[in-house]
Amino acid sequence: MTYSVLVEVQLRPGIADPQGATIERALPALGFDGVNGVRVGKSMRFTVDAADEAAARAQVDELCARFLTNPVIEDANVTIEAP
Amino acid sequence: MTATVGVVQFPGTNCEHDVVEAVGAVGGSATLLWHGDGSIGDVDAVVVPGGFAHGDYLRPGAIARFSPIMAAVADFAERGGPVVGICNGFQVLTEAGLLPGALQKNAGLKFICDESQLRVASNDSVLTGGTEVGDLLSVPINHFEGNFTCDAETEQRLVDNDQIVLTYVNNPNGSVADIAGICNEGRNVVGLMPHPERAVSALLGSEDGLVLLGSMIDAAAGARV
Repeated sequence: MTYSVLVEVQLRPGIADPQGATIERALPALGFDGVNGVRVGKSMRFTVDAADEAAARAQVDELCARFLTNPVIEDANVTIEAP
Repeated sequence: MTATVGVVQFPGTNCEHDVVEAVGAVGGSATLLWHGDGSIGDVDAVVVPGGFAHGDYLRPGAIARFSPIMAAVADFAERGGPVVGICNGFQVLTEAGLLPGALQKNAGLKFICDESQLRVASNDSVLTGGTEVGDLLSVPINHFEGNFTCDAETEQRLVDNDQIVLTYVNNPNGSVADIAGICNEGRNVVGLMPHPERAVSALLGSEDGLVLLGSMIDAAAGARV
């Protein structure tokens, strides 16, 4: 089976996010009030061939831990969709 | 008998020739090591120089750590061999797990190319053996992702083990504890964001990098592994 995968990488809570902070500071000047907690991350989409969804998830989790994130500063949120 | 320094070259590395030149200035000899080779040959020390290894894609150092030569570098470090990562090389060594912590975007979100004043925080490392604690060194920085970060537990361990070797006098990038350079627990692996190889001649504005690279050569000659 081929599964669609979305990996969202974000800085871990407590890790300073200068990009998010800069965006947040710019918002009031543009007339957007009350927007808080801006965090900037990145997303990656790909497909994985695996026997079942659990196998796909195990493979993606390992891929995230070893390569797609730096666990010192980043977390990943993984979404897997069956075809 | 002088020491031979292997200088790792990834696609996108751009400071390797500066390091080769600077190693010559402190009496060592240098040889380039290609990232795709599985061996570092018969060198006495390894420098992972600055640049943009593999384009810095994904994260600085994230792809470089999987280059075949890095297994040999890790093995050399494990045996006590001196390994120094400069700028992008520091990022590569943290990604490879040879040094703790990580380097993220500068606090001000600006690429900084400037002189920096460094203070020697520990002279018990392969890069600072010839210095005294408290020495002030003028060494340039040139980076966007030089903001050293780690969790509080790791920071405490760095302090307790005297692993912080260089700090900024005026922290330019937001680094935790003003950290400019750290070493591993074995004290033979050092990473720093400033470029000592660009401070080896009065013509370049500073000669303060000489004592650092000279210390590395002394450590390499004294601790052949």
